[in-house]
Amino acid sequence: MIDKLSWISVYPEIILLIMACVIALADLGVKSPRRTQTYLLSLLTLAIVAALQASYAVGGVTVYGFGNMVVSDPMGNWLQCFATIAVMVSLVYGRPYAADRDMLRGGEMFSLSLFGLLGIFVMISGNNFLVIYLGLELLTLSSYALVALRRDNATATEAAMKYFVLGALASGFLLYGLSMMYGATGSLDVSAVFKAINSGQIKHQVLVFGLVFVVSGLAFKLGVVPFHMWIPDVYQGAPTAVTLLIAGAPKLAAFAICIRLLVEGMLPLAIDWQQMLMVLSVGSLLIGNLAAIAQTNLKRMLAFSTISHMGFVLLGLMSGVVNGDVHYAANAYSSSMFYVLTYVLTTLASFGVILLLARDGFESEEISDMAGLNERSPLYAGVMAVCLFSLAGIPPMVGFYAKLAVLQALVASGGVFHIGLAVFAVMMSLIGAFYYLRVIKVMYFDKPLTAGTMSAPFDVRAVLSLNGALLLVLGLLPGGLMALCANAVVQMLGT
Amino acid sequence: MGLLSLAIWTPIVFGVVLLALGRDDQARTVRWVALIGAIVSFLVTLPLYAGFKLGTAAMQFVEKAPWIERFNVNYHLGVDGISLWLVILTAFINVVVVIAGWEVITRRVNQYMGAFLILSGLQIGVFCALDGMLFYVFFEATLVPMYLIIGIWGGPNKIYAAFKFFLYTLLGSLLMLVALIFLYTKSGGSFDLATWHQLPLAGTAQTLLFFAFLAAFAVKVPMWPVHTWLPDVHVEAPTGGSAVLAAVMLKLGAYGFLRFSLPIAPDAAHEWSGLMIALSLIAVVYVGLVALVQTDMKKLVAYASVAHMGFVTLGFFLFNDLGLSGALVQMVSHGFVSAAMFLSIGVLYDRAHSREIASYGGVVNTMPKFTAFALLFAMANCGLPGTAGFVGEWMVIIGAVKANFWLGFAAASSLVFGAAYTLWMVKRVYLGPVANDHVKALKDINAREFLMLSLLAIAVLYMGVYPKPFTDVMDTSVTELLKHVALSKLI
Repeated sequence: MIDKLSWISVYPEIILLIMACVIALADLGVKSPRRTQTYLLSLLTLAIVAALQASYAVGGVTVYGFGNMVVSDPMGNWLQCFATIAVMVSLVYGRPYAADRDMLRGGEMFSLSLFGLLGIFVMISGNNFLVIYLGLELLTLSSYALVALRRDNATATEAAMKYFVLGALASGFLLYGLSMMYGATGSLDVSAVFKAINSGQIKHQVLVFGLVFVVSGLAFKLGVVPFHMWIPDVYQGAPTAVTLLIAGAPKLAAFAICIRLLVEGMLPLAIDWQQMLMVLSVGSLLIGNLAAIAQTNLKRMLAFSTISHMGFVLLGLMSGVVNGDVHYAANAYSSSMFYVLTYVLTTLASFGVILLLARDGFESEEISDMAGLNERSPLYAGVMAVCLFSLAGIPPMVGFYAKLAVLQALVASGGVFHIGLAVFAVMMSLIGAFYYLRVIKVMYFDKPLTAGTMSAPFDVRAVLSLNGALLLVLGLLPGGLMALCANAVVQMLGT
Repeated sequence: MGLLSLAIWTPIVFGVVLLALGRDDQARTVRWVALIGAIVSFLVTLPLYAGFKLGTAAMQFVEKAPWIERFNVNYHLGVDGISLWLVILTAFINVVVVIAGWEVITRRVNQYMGAFLILSGLQIGVFCALDGMLFYVFFEATLVPMYLIIGIWGGPNKIYAAFKFFLYTLLGSLLMLVALIFLYTKSGGSFDLATWHQLPLAGTAQTLLFFAFLAAFAVKVPMWPVHTWLPDVHVEAPTGGSAVLAAVMLKLGAYGFLRFSLPIAPDAAHEWSGLMIALSLIAVVYVGLVALVQTDMKKLVAYASVAHMGFVTLGFFLFNDLGLSGALVQMVSHGFVSAAMFLSIGVLYDRAHSREIASYGGVVNTMPKFTAFALLFAMANCGLPGTAGFVGEWMVIIGAVKANFWLGFAAASSLVFGAAYTLWMVKRVYLGPVANDHVKALKDINAREFLMLSLLAIAVLYMGVYPKPFTDVMDTSVTELLKHVALSKLI
């Protein structure tokens, strides 16, 4: 007998699943080359799901459903809500681009995006190793297909191939690690695993052996050094509209499974995984930032910058437990959550501008393609500049507060060594500032290569302006979103 | 809304409006809106002086509201005798700069004017912030408009200069960020400056904090040997950018010493005062000599700025009343004088498009009115009694003599260098017979330039003749600060 609460907790998933199928079918009857009806139906679905998730999140109730298989807690609900919005925004930005490149035929882009989002939902609300894994596979399989959506394009196909092979390898790692944990603890249930590890009855070596594989799998999905190789190639090779889908919402899911697996499942092993995360983080900050300097392709540069930003997220995740004391955990994990959220918000806007600059037969993905953007359109140049300053962590953009929160968590959690790490992180963001500034230089100081103003459909213009404005407003008043993250994480840890 | 909020947000709101105003065919409207915005922003700072209570070191016009509750960051503003004149100076320079850019800037006028207005609001925010994080946000945010000002409207090598400016100053302030977070943790979760001032700290912690703050502020001041960005940036920046940079932005660093380094880490400040005095003296003497051999007028004035700011840091670390008050007066007077010097060079550059001293000679023959102003500012720059430049330097030198005779002697000798490089430049540029056809073709200043230069001339003369309004305001705060710094905070 499945109780009513279980069903309520997965309503958003159910709606999403049904509508993804309905949209795939309904598209058969759509004739318009821009797929306006499919598009509107998808947006409507997403809006309803986002509103539902937000109402759950505001309700603040934690529900375990289907015999502990899934959990619906405020942290998960907020992440799902933001992921839905991110997919929505990605579709808005990506549609004109996709339409110009004949990617909308058959409407798969919409249904695949919804299936990917469903995977994200399952990952975030999964409370069982297998459920989480299923969600992950649903997301990644949809993503592989999305990357390969331009069948006739060689680079996109190559990117899809790379993504598929490396992604499968990573899934294998994760699955192997999870099976080790299962073997050691005898359970797939996240909270049962936690209890088993906490009892101290299980041999530490076996657990750590499994943990190494779990962390490697997660590192692949987050895209941190040394498991980052797929990120630049896929970001660059995928059609930009799909890059946006991969770079946005899935990061929220990756963060969520880190929390579910490492924190909720394996917190007693924190001493071990925190050290691993630290190594990954230092590597990501170093290689991500240094490699980004050498890039001339904007998408590739942003890919390396993603790697470095994920390094920052890990800095927060590794500051939760000090000498077995979980006093700092809420502070640390909420800073990471805030970081991921602001990062996704910024990424959406920056790729939105890149998509806007692309025209039929012209990709506009070199940094030099941005030349003189300020003279062509001060508004879009302004939005892009806000994004880049935010990524560089310059106040009063929201990215600064994200860095501040993570650094604060880091310094609060430890002694001299952590302060040294904080100094290292800020020095790396100084290097980061250089390549972001270079793009701003191209936009503002260089002469435009092509004259002519830019036009964009109304929906893109409106959402993009809103997105840019939100970055600034959050920069002036970041308190609300920070408090939201803190409350969500406190409730998650409390249960 | 309090007066300080008005002083900060009026120019920013006007600046945002200007950014939205758009195209260059509306340049006339844009200029007038900018001028009105700058004047209104200046006027709202005047009640601060009128309502300022003398004889107390407490913060006045305090505003406090929670801003980021999660980190206990407050929107906490206030001014005391140290910051009051800097606020007014900033708003004043902003008016002058808008006038200076009037017809000189023809490309993207709205962005130019908007950037300056926003910059002015942010700088006032730095001087008013009583919360560490709020201070940092304003401090860093000033980089953005300045970067764009240099990069868009600068000279031929502007890209290099813009990057050097941004990255150099960011390097310093990022270390300060770590220091601020460290203090937040140490103080049990507070970014309040007053709390930090009372926070006892161990010796090593103080030393580390002192050097982290030094990294941020020394680059900004700039002190020798991290001054190398300044000449490059000044040379490439547009005239208005140079004026704001020299007049206000350098003061952000000097002000930081007074709000952070000295009161938060007083023991470290005492311990390292020898080093700081040495660096300041090198700036005063050595950089003064470097200025002597410059062939580019802007570079010369830029090096002179470094030398003058050396007096400021010297005054800080003497730890006596005259030295510190003198340094504060010097900050304000240097604001007027350096802005005036850069704007004078701008007047010449707009006509002849050269900053080389060698391309001029005998300007007095064709531009008598302008030369009169230029001479006045040059005299102020070398510290002639009766001008603003004299008061501060003289006080610092007396302070130095009080501390140690030879120290005062070395500082005083720099006056000779100051006179040498300034007067030599004046001789080569303004005096003598007309050197070439370019100089022959020069037209004297128009009404706009006359207005701009006379505003500055009035300020320079007034401050030189009657510095009492300045020193009166500063007096109590200075005494209080010295009292605070004299007490050990070691645990």
